[in-house]
Amino acid sequence: MKRYFQEEIECASEEKLREIQNKKLVEQVKHVWDNVPYYRKKMEEKGVTPDDIKSVDDLHKLPFLSKYDLRDSYPYGLLGVPKKDVVRIHSTSGTTGKRVVAYYTQGDLDLWEECCARAIVAAGGSEEDVVQVSYGYGLFTGGLGLHGGSQKVGCMTVPASSGNTERQIMFIRDLNATIICCTPSYAAYLGESMKEMGLTPDDIPLKAGIFGAEAWSEEMRRDIQNTLGIKAFDIYGLTELSGPGVAFECSEQNGMHINEDHFIAEIIDPDTEEVLPEGSQGELVFTAIDKKAFPMLRYRTRDICTLTRGKCSCGRTFIKMAKPKGRTDDMLIIRGVNVFPSQIETVLLEHGYQANYQIIVGRENNTDTLDVHVEMTPEMFTDDIKEINKRQADLVKGLLSMLGIKAKVTLVAPKSITRSEGKAVRVIDNRKI
Amino acid sequence: MSVKQISIFLENKTGRLDEMTDILGKNNINMRAVSLAETDGFGIVRIIVDDPYSATTVLKDAGYINRLTSVVIVEVPNTPGGLNKVLKVFTEASINLEYIYALSAGKEPQKAYMIFRVSDHKTAEAALTRAGIRVLTQEDITEL
Repeated sequence: MKRYFQEEIECASEEKLREIQNKKLVEQVKHVWDNVPYYRKKMEEKGVTPDDIKSVDDLHKLPFLSKYDLRDSYPYGLLGVPKKDVVRIHSTSGTTGKRVVAYYTQGDLDLWEECCARAIVAAGGSEEDVVQVSYGYGLFTGGLGLHGGSQKVGCMTVPASSGNTERQIMFIRDLNATIICCTPSYAAYLGESMKEMGLTPDDIPLKAGIFGAEAWSEEMRRDIQNTLGIKAFDIYGLTELSGPGVAFECSEQNGMHINEDHFIAEIIDPDTEEVLPEGSQGELVFTAIDKKAFPMLRYRTRDICTLTRGKCSCGRTFIKMAKPKGRTDDMLIIRGVNVFPSQIETVLLEHGYQANYQIIVGRENNTDTLDVHVEMTPEMFTDDIKEINKRQADLVKGLLSMLGIKAKVTLVAPKSITRSEGKAVRVIDNRKI
Repeated sequence: MSVKQISIFLENKTGRLDEMTDILGKNNINMRAVSLAETDGFGIVRIIVDDPYSATTVLKDAGYINRLTSVVIVEVPNTPGGLNKVLKVFTEASINLEYIYALSAGKEPQKAYMIFRVSDHKTAEAALTRAGIRVLTQEDITEL
């Protein structure tokens, strides 16, 4: 059985990798300078030209990109190729309600799918396998990303998408699915459902799962592995950088190998923006060195983690990133979807409520729950219960279309939302991760 | 002619009605009628008091969201079929009822008083008066 999808790259020597990175980085900076006026301006402001970037050692000279740049340049400001060369987009919610739209050329899709293919092979996949992709298909990168990766490996791919648990289980059993890709919370939910149906791990043909798009703990990994009788692998990615597959876990299951022939990772101090030495904890920054349509240079992920390079028993030489420990901003990941409190605020104000709210995130049956508590106001109060219920339903609808996930809305008494030192506590995350 | 009812927003939590009525009691406000409508997450308490304007001030100062709404209060004979007679008047005048509740007993035991929230206030009052049914004013309530 093949242990690697592209052995010559995945197990390349550090020097060889560095050589690839140097070459691609220099080209990418030129590409961006020539085609993305938004970033060129940032470089000019910093007094950097493509001539200053001769190797990865010069990376620190380049300006950062952040989610604010994505917002300010929406929709086409960071597009690096003529629109006619773009073959697909994906999208995720942004901080102010503006979505992030990422563009892909055919080449970008190929390299992304190759990254996903490496993750599938690292999880033990080969053309003999049946891969069920139970991430959502559509604007979300999870579904189509792993789908493409699975096809590249040559697996029989089941585009199950998310939801309809009974059908998922039916396909897994009837088609003998051996690998499943979905969010860890959905994997846990599937496990519980199968247990309720009286199925033991022996009745379930799955051998591995590739789970990402949300935070999960080692305890959760153990639970999923036990109930489904599989090995559970972590996968990391962001829509801004293509999607899942930026980094993936191998059989060691202790950190994710970053696909360094496509992405250069740095760890910085989020306050001083200084690059930190290997092994330090800080904010993860990525430079995509060969993605052409949406070429992110020094993109600040807001994820806090550490990087370690060392010999891995799997044979791969790619640097490893630890599971992100947290974030530097207030973004929440709920059911795999990025949620910013500011988005909820926008919807409340649009619907005539004041910005007195609290977001309560919980986890029931291994699925995230989102409850928005909103303070009733004299303006929104009426004697008519039907009218209040209607406004409440409108708000739920507004939140669904803004966030893409269903929230529960609870109307609470004025001034009842906890304020500590005068400042309202906006988010209560009761999930034990 | 109409009487003002106070509708108060309450969270559906233990002790909320207790707190609210405690404030009214301490401010010497007597509730002549009370009704509670509840949903999943919240409730609306509707009360009739002698002086709705001072009561709303007290409630507002205590942080309760409230609103005055007009209701029709009708004297009905405290005998079988008493309420039905009033309802027939509403039906004939095509008046929809949103909710009804009762006023606590007055001095005269043979009379009962019902509170109606109706779709069309003016038509309702005119129809009742035509049918010879007594519609109470705010002042009447204090007298009861």
